[in-house]
Amino acid sequence: MKLSGWGGFPSHETRLVAPRSITQLVDAVHDGNAIARGNGRAYGDSAIGSNTTINMRHFNHMIAFNAQTGVLETEAGVLLSDIIDAFLPRGWFPYVTPGTKYVSVGGIIAADVHGKNHHKDGSLRNFVDWLEVMGPSGEIVRCSPTQNEELFGWTVGGMGLTGIIVRAAIRLRPVESGWIKQRTIVAENIDAAIDIFEDNSDASYSVAWIDCLSTADKAGRSVIMLGEHASMNDLDDKTRRRPHALATKGKLSVPFHFPSWVLNQFSVRAFNSVYFRNLKWQIGEQLLSWDKYFYPLDAINGWNKIYGRKGFMQFQCTLPLASSREALHEILGKISSTGSGSFLSVLKRFGAQEGGISFPMEGYTLALDFPVSKKTIELMSQLDEITLKYGGRFYLAKDSRMSAATLDSSDNRSKHFATWRAENGLNTTFQSVQSQRLGL
Amino acid sequence: MTKKTILIVGATSDIANATAHQFAKAGYNIVLAARDTADLETNKSDIAVRYETEVTTQQLDILDTKQIEGFAKGLSPLPDIVVCAVGFMGDQVTNELELSSASTVMRTNFEGPSLLLSAFANLFEERGHGTLVGISSVAGNRGRATNYVYGSAKAGFTAFLSGLRNRLASKNVHVLTVLPGFVATRMTEGLDLPEKLTAQPEEVAQAIWRATERKRNVIFVRPIWRLIMLIICAIPEPIFKKLKI
Repeated sequence: MKLSGWGGFPSHETRLVAPRSITQLVDAVHDGNAIARGNGRAYGDSAIGSNTTINMRHFNHMIAFNAQTGVLETEAGVLLSDIIDAFLPRGWFPYVTPGTKYVSVGGIIAADVHGKNHHKDGSLRNFVDWLEVMGPSGEIVRCSPTQNEELFGWTVGGMGLTGIIVRAAIRLRPVESGWIKQRTIVAENIDAAIDIFEDNSDASYSVAWIDCLSTADKAGRSVIMLGEHASMNDLDDKTRRRPHALATKGKLSVPFHFPSWVLNQFSVRAFNSVYFRNLKWQIGEQLLSWDKYFYPLDAINGWNKIYGRKGFMQFQCTLPLASSREALHEILGKISSTGSGSFLSVLKRFGAQEGGISFPMEGYTLALDFPVSKKTIELMSQLDEITLKYGGRFYLAKDSRMSAATLDSSDNRSKHFATWRAENGLNTTFQSVQSQRLGL
Repeated sequence: MTKKTILIVGATSDIANATAHQFAKAGYNIVLAARDTADLETNKSDIAVRYETEVTTQQLDILDTKQIEGFAKGLSPLPDIVVCAVGFMGDQVTNELELSSASTVMRTNFEGPSLLLSAFANLFEERGHGTLVGISSVAGNRGRATNYVYGSAKAGFTAFLSGLRNRLASKNVHVLTVLPGFVATRMTEGLDLPEKLTAQPEEVAQAIWRATERKRNVIFVRPIWRLIMLIICAIPEPIFKKLKI
């Protein structure tokens, strides 16, 4: 069947299986050229097997929870939303969460996801106690920072290319409430935005929405949202009645693919202007539920369909701290000069990072969405070039069209990864359409 | 207040597992029973971890009918609700050719489930309260060439539940008949089922939860099935016998 990622682009023919037992999982692995798929939220072709795609949804059992340490042992198909449902009422929240809760444990480990707290806490890697990975023979091996370290190092962030992540132990964070104290600050341009990030490095969470169609001295005007977990003392009478806050109700749904002309230069510009003005009204402090703060897009089911049938792509790069300012100026300049505005653009400060092939590096990360078209594909290649020029690299979980040469020049770790895979006989057993394209 | 307990028999099925999640979420202690308890271990720990509730497992082979009464009497505490989710479709052609296969289907879908609920009916009547849930099938509403062995056993079970309800109506024991229609489960995996007519196991579980709370008698999980079965049952036999259905 034809399968695509969250962006709806590209789609590829693959054999999709959903094993229910370890025995069936072994059979699927033995078919070769297989890749595990969690909830299908990687944007491009990371979770499409070049031959077989293994849907892990039946491996969705939690195994044990230690209420002293906050360590949850779970099968890899469990979703972050399940974990929040089960543990927030008991005072626990994921240490690291991406911008959607509809992701599987296996998926977030394979992508070594980062959250709005990366500058303080690092990526998910730091909160994974151990993993159990099925190798080419079907044998399941446990690895951790102190046991089979090499396998652990490559698996976290390794996009499923080291084997099938079957089980994991992840640490949760104790929280007093499900509310977030948000402080919103407006930056009139990209320089001001960077200054605000640097001045607020002690905030637990920080992220900026950035208007990439504004120009001249307004280029990169942003709204920066800082966040702290609210303690019981921070809550007012209303929020104290439901200290763990509810999931957002009355969800909107995008019922069908929008015609592709809906998103054009003018509608994106209008949206961004309205959004900017709206956010400006919220300047200052307010209490937001965990769902509204961390997962605003989850409130709209199927939001990916607004980009039309052709789908959309995401460009996400990370830039070294020293050259971030200059690089961001050049990237924003390029985008506004082509007029291909990104509907949603996010800027974030990263802290230090370890790991075999994990994406983050100390500096700034910029994420941009573009509907698929000849023009935007061309623009993204130009953005690749700028990123390379400043020593940046790219997020594989978002990538759908980068070339092998671009990956190689951005990240010399990719060659080591490919060699290690070949030496361990992994490259023919575990292969996604993406790893094939990128020569991993 | 002590927690209520629900016993789910045939607990390895997807509908049974979803039902266990639904009631655990509502604060019940869960007892899972199946022929092979080893198959229940992952579901057991999953439910216990997610809902901080007590989950235990019991071995019961429903075809070993001599075991049933002792099993029911041996449970402590006696559950507040018993759900029988045992079911086995078999293969119609095999069921036609081999009488032993037909016998297994009939016994698994009718004899075993009916005797199980019989045993609990007596205990519930004596105690003065309880809920019995039988998962039957729309296949029992009219026999069709493609699955009448399974269908006839379910027809028997549906009739049994109806009679049990009639008997216990004045005894404060509630009997619920569930007719799920198509459900996306392990049993139907690989079949090409129409999406609008096919319920997810979680939907069935929610429907069971609501129906036990509201003391409903007979439920179709998706309302459209009531209409479909009304039409199928209204076709005159001289015409029906010639249909490929």
